[in-house]
Amino acid sequence: MSSLSERLLHALLDTLLMIGASSLVVLAVGLPLALVLVTTGPGGIFQALPLNRVLGSVVNVLRSIPFLILMVALIPFTRLIVGTSYGVWAAVVPLTLAATPFFARIAEVSLREVDHGLVEAAQAMGCQRRHIVWNVLLPEARPGIVGGFTITLVTMINSSAMAGAIGAGGLGDLAYRYGYQRFDTQVMLTVIIVLVLLVTLIQFGGDRLARWLNKRG
Amino acid sequence: MVSFNRNLALEAPHIRLQGLGKTYAGGAGPVEALQDIDLSIRRGEIFGIIGRSGAGKSSLIRTLNRLESPSRGQVLIDGEDIAALDAAQLVRLRRRVGMIFQHFNLMSAKTVWQNVALPLKVAGVAPARVRERVDELLGLVGLQDKHDAYPAQLSGGQKQRVGIARALVHRPDVLLCDEATSALDPESTQSILALLRDINRRFGLTVVLITHEMAVIREVCDRVVVLDKGRIVEQGAVWEVFGDPAHPVTRTLLGERERGLPEDVQGRLQSRRPAEPGDLLLEVRFTGAGRREPDLLAITQALGAPVILLQGGVERIQGHAHGRLLLQVGDDGEDVPARLHGLADHVEVLGYVVPV
Ligand SMILES: Nc1ncnc2c1ncn2[C@@H]1O[C@H](COP(=O)(O)OP(=O)(O)O)[C@@H](O)[C@H]1O
Ligand SMILES: [Mg+2]
Repeated sequence: MSSLSERLLHALLDTLLMIGASSLVVLAVGLPLALVLVTTGPGGIFQALPLNRVLGSVVNVLRSIPFLILMVALIPFTRLIVGTSYGVWAAVVPLTLAATPFFARIAEVSLREVDHGLVEAAQAMGCQRRHIVWNVLLPEARPGIVGGFTITLVTMINSSAMAGAIGAGGLGDLAYRYGYQRFDTQVMLTVIIVLVLLVTLIQFGGDRLARWLNKRG
Repeated sequence: MVSFNRNLALEAPHIRLQGLGKTYAGGAGPVEALQDIDLSIRRGEIFGIIGRSGAGKSSLIRTLNRLESPSRGQVLIDGEDIAALDAAQLVRLRRRVGMIFQHFNLMSAKTVWQNVALPLKVAGVAPARVRERVDELLGLVGLQDKHDAYPAQLSGGQKQRVGIARALVHRPDVLLCDEATSALDPESTQSILALLRDINRRFGLTVVLITHEMAVIREVCDRVVVLDKGRIVEQGAVWEVFGDPAHPVTRTLLGERERGLPEDVQGRLQSRRPAEPGDLLLEVRFTGAGRREPDLLAITQALGAPVILLQGGVERIQGHAHGRLLLQVGDDGEDVPARLHGLADHVEVLGYVVPV
């Protein structure tokens, strides 16, 4: 049997892997989704109201399902994609599905807050719509998007611990098996400290990056 | 203001609006923002649009680069109806028509240099060419030392200079200014107006300028149109419109200052001619129409003693004297105003001075 610190390190790496893999998908899907939600809405540069309503509803439905229920409900789907419903990679599926709409909504708010005057100025200088997305919407919303992504990461760490409890591995799994099933308080405390450090680190880094990107003075 | 090229006034108009109308589908029923707008803007002139808030000024200027499409009528630029342009042609038109805004609308995440480079970058201009042009423009507007500053680090006047550089970067032949100085302090306003005038002269650029400040029009415009409730109520050369405003809205915008009487004078005035003739109050106005200069000696001689100047001021707009004099003059029971025939544009007896 390996030492506690080895187990802890292993669990931490599992959690980081879970969060890392899921967050890449969340960013890659959530940000375009947010852009579509904003630009196809009323007065948007790609206005398409039926599409906007359908996407909005899908996002709302996914957002309203508690993570634990979503995770269990997704087991058949997860098995289909990953081949198993157990382990780190299996946890990536529900984590991604829960966090993507969450992040998309936050990013949507930042994108919507971009001053419409900037979009008009871009149009007046002869920008096409894709130019507006790349040169106006994304750069101007960037500090808010980074802040939103930070919040999403922290939320995902929460969820990943929950996933750990039903066999996904990682810090949650460790805490559950030692702390809960064996009443090992020391393991429990250590896991809590590691989680607090992890969240603090992410929040600190995210805040710093967002502040650095914000040139609005 | 003497125009950049007056002799071109007979040429076909640079911009022409015909029967232009704009209706917005507002929340509480349709809003008629513009109705029956007909006007021509000459090449190389500075054309002012003035009116109260909500008069339709922004709606009008925004139809010129199709940020807003007209509900009725046509916008012709160089004789071409811009409603017919497809997406690619519209982009090309917008590169020929620069625009600056009240709140500058600079990209906060980009440096000054990147802001000015943006229109070129999206047009696919080669980087070397972009560098050359942006440096040139930043020099023109006097911001050569601010390349790497972010807009938040600039004053209002400097931000508008960036806006101007950005608007000129494609060498447009029209510049639209929507309340470009309204967010600026008087000093920055002056320097931005001077810059606009300089650009207008140097490049022969047609400038269309919206403002609610009469002083701005007086300062730089050649011709002006007064809008009210979406309609043109008056238009003409600035000296004409300002010298002899025909519409109440124009007078309100000009400020009643020019019409009202000082309180103490008002208090000593009666409207009926007293049985025993004393002094009367004469308003002598110069509208600029006859290119008359206020000849004080001739006026005094024509009136005869006493001639007391109670209040008065004369300004010069585009080389025309314009203003009014309030004179207290002796009343000999005859037709006093008639004596000033040929010496002023309007002469009126405002009342009779009650002897103290
Ligand atoms: N996008 C819009 N939707 C509905 N009403 C509008 C819109 N833009 C302007 N209006 C209305 O049209 C009228 C003219 O507005 P505007 O052209 O902005 O006037 P100005 O620039 O002279 O203040 C106002 O009554 C305003 O409320
Ligand atoms: Mg306006």
